[in-house]
Amino acid sequence: MTVLTIKDLNVTFSTEGGDLRALRDVSFEVPERRIVGIVGESGCGKSTLINAILGLLADNGRIDGGSILFEGQELTALSAPKMRDLRGQRISTVFQDPMGALNPVLSVGRQMQNIQYRSGLSRAEKDARSVDMLRLVRIPDPEHAWARYPHEFSGGMKQRIAIAMALMMEPALLIADEPTTALDATLEVATIELLQDLQQQIGCSVLFISHHLGVIAELCDDVVVMYAGEVVERGTTRQVFNTPRHPYSIRLLECDPARQAERTRNLPTIPGEIPDLRRRPQGCIFANRCDRKVAACDELPPDVAVGDGQVARCILAEAV
Amino acid sequence: MFAAASEDRRQWLKPLVRILREPLGALGIALVILMVGGAALADFLSAFEPNKISPRDRFQGPSLTHLLGTDQLGRDLFSRVLHGGRIALSVALFATAASLIIGIVLGLIAGYGPRWLDNLMILLFDSIKSFPTVMLALALVTLFGPSLTAVVVVVVLVNVPGYARIIRTQTLALKTSEFVTAAQSMGASTARILRHHIMPNVIGPLLILASMDIPVVIAIEAGMSFLGLGVRPPTPSWGAILNDGFTAIRDTPWIAIAGGLPIILTTLGFTFLGETLRDVFDPRLKARG
Amino acid sequence: MLMYSVKRLGLAVIIVSLAMLMLFSMIYLIPGDPAAVALGPRATEAMREALRIKMGLDQPVWVQFWNFFTNAWTGDLGNEVLSDRPVAEVVMEQLPYTLALIAGGISWSVALGIPLGCWAAVKRGSMPDRIVGILSVAVIAVPSFVVAIYALLIFAVTLRWLPAIGAGEPGDLGDQLVHLILPSLAVGLGWVGYIARMVRASMLEVLEAQHIRTARAFGLPENMITYRYALTIAILPTVTLLGVGIGQMLSSAVFAEIVFARPGVGKLVYDAILTRNYPLVTGAVLVTTVLFVLLNLIADLIVGALDPRVRSRF
Repeated sequence: MTVLTIKDLNVTFSTEGGDLRALRDVSFEVPERRIVGIVGESGCGKSTLINAILGLLADNGRIDGGSILFEGQELTALSAPKMRDLRGQRISTVFQDPMGALNPVLSVGRQMQNIQYRSGLSRAEKDARSVDMLRLVRIPDPEHAWARYPHEFSGGMKQRIAIAMALMMEPALLIADEPTTALDATLEVATIELLQDLQQQIGCSVLFISHHLGVIAELCDDVVVMYAGEVVERGTTRQVFNTPRHPYSIRLLECDPARQAERTRNLPTIPGEIPDLRRRPQGCIFANRCDRKVAACDELPPDVAVGDGQVARCILAEAV
Repeated sequence: MFAAASEDRRQWLKPLVRILREPLGALGIALVILMVGGAALADFLSAFEPNKISPRDRFQGPSLTHLLGTDQLGRDLFSRVLHGGRIALSVALFATAASLIIGIVLGLIAGYGPRWLDNLMILLFDSIKSFPTVMLALALVTLFGPSLTAVVVVVVLVNVPGYARIIRTQTLALKTSEFVTAAQSMGASTARILRHHIMPNVIGPLLILASMDIPVVIAIEAGMSFLGLGVRPPTPSWGAILNDGFTAIRDTPWIAIAGGLPIILTTLGFTFLGETLRDVFDPRLKARG
Repeated sequence: MLMYSVKRLGLAVIIVSLAMLMLFSMIYLIPGDPAAVALGPRATEAMREALRIKMGLDQPVWVQFWNFFTNAWTGDLGNEVLSDRPVAEVVMEQLPYTLALIAGGISWSVALGIPLGCWAAVKRGSMPDRIVGILSVAVIAVPSFVVAIYALLIFAVTLRWLPAIGAGEPGDLGDQLVHLILPSLAVGLGWVGYIARMVRASMLEVLEAQHIRTARAFGLPENMITYRYALTIAILPTVTLLGVGIGQMLSSAVFAEIVFARPGVGKLVYDAILTRNYPLVTGAVLVTTVLFVLLNLIADLIVGALDPRVRSRF
């Protein structure tokens, strides 16, 4: 069973400099009770992807082609009110910046109350549920924390509160958008362990977005590698990390500081820049930076299946 | 970043086109031209002397002869409105120029001078601002007596703290900037640094702000004249006409209408123009409210 | 919060003191002998001399100022010239009328400005937004005394919907409120524009905030997001703005009181100037200045109380 199936999703923004193809033919699945990681540099389309799933694309953005199937419902065809009913109930999100994610002038408890506005519970029941959730994410003294304002908590606590809010309605899918990037290393580990714990308890699937390869390797069952609005490779974590097939994945893993065998002065980087997506090159999106480029790379590459579930968008995938 | 800057420079070359392209800016320019033209050509546009008393023609309603009617002394209101425009616009011009000069000088002193002087001046500006404008005007008139001088002094007192503050902030920021330090190290005098390095950087936003304050100046002149604290009779002023109209509002409303209309049109014209100027040339100023 | 309040209060005291200094110098610089003015042309030199001593005018300047200063801080603003009543008493009699007028002006501006600004922000870029924008600029531009005269002309003289003069029957609250409608509109109309613009701008900023995105991601209804999550934050700067605006409203109040023949401090000062009743002028101007500084202070403290972030910072 899969919770979320994305197939050939295309998203375009109309900008002053012309149409910008932010996502091109994005396909992947999030199976039930699994954690799927999405890796990629900034600007690879991770945020657009989240917004497309949530139905929160900016006014100048549109989905032109493809499908987002969530629990058997086609999200691209869903009306705005129906979509709103799903958000926070069946699909929940934890964002990157815990400082700005909570409303500064409403108490934590009031915000948790509001999230449950659809539940039909009485106010007392909602509040009891909020306190339970705060306890679950290990906020000390949850009965009193409930009445306090976001600025009275530390960054790590705020992020745990955000997680509590996201999981309160026991969603089928939790989207975690770089939830630990703004935290320091110790807090990062603790927060990830907490997420793993809660995922087990609630039994939801998680779409975990990060550019931290170590975290992805530690936490995720499957990995999706994105580059310039395209999924260049996907597979199980083991497959992608041990036998990457797309030249971009290979370079990305080489560049991971954690993987450097010895201390070096210069971290390897991928030369070149992400192409301007308003004027997308004809062929492979990675061609201009690829050290294995051949003549055939000027044509759009197909998605090549290279193993049990591992797919890479590169004509050389089998050979690599 | 650099592309944007050079684009900005090109925009400065075609200011009028850019303003006229905005509907509000075009309307503003049209109103301003209408009022300025009316004031400039007052003698040609009206056959009547603005101060000519004609008891037989008292309180006449608007007609083809008297476009806006006549007042309690039989004076032609159209002619008085046009000539009142001269007073309003010249006071606006003169008082704004005076405020700008004084504001710039004080701002430079505060920004470039010693710390204690800066603090003292800021405190002074704050306390001037803590008088409501009309109270300031009323208090000053007790000192000077009703006159155009009093109007100009009030305008200067109201405007200078704001202008000086902007100049001061900019000067403080520039004082430590690299190019000023460089000029200093090359032995440039303070006066030279102020003139060549600091002034060019602050004058643009200041002029836009000053243009946006012109409606306020016009309102101060008209308001003080309305209260009898500005121009002396029989000098035509929109505020004075409005006051004549107020006295006779029950029976001859056209006098009040004639006095109020040019005030409304002029303040709207200058405001629309100033807003467009700001949006086109210096959107950052928008933060000022 | 306590430190903050103390600091704000200290600044207020300094500003009021400076205002006193300025007023004193102004009165001191006025040409002519206040005693002669007070007594009129028929008084003898001996009578003038006696009054001069009574008013303390024979003392050195700095003693005169010190007396003025210390007396003013204790609420003694001297006696007015015409009826020899204490200035403070006369001003305090008129103050409630002016305060009511300003409260009315604030009510108009808040009641119209906040919904308009909020509406414009939610409908950003649409026709209603543009219309609200132009109207805001227009009402800000037009001086309040023109609004007052035109309002009088249209609603009181021509349509006869509302009374033209006075403050209403004492003790009859309804009548007083009816008499307040037009003058307070004249005082508050410009501020409808200021507040609409301010609320629109800060609404747009807040609506871009991350926590609004979070609220949307939780599927909260748009109404709840607009009014409870965004507007509660967006109106905070309005309170500060109103604090500053009270000075302008005091100015407008002078005109409104004259045009609608209402009692009040503005009319009091105006009449005092016409009759050269200088102690009354000084006293009334001082009281309005103190009032202005005080209301500014209150506005700042209200912001502190409304915003939990500010509340805990100080």
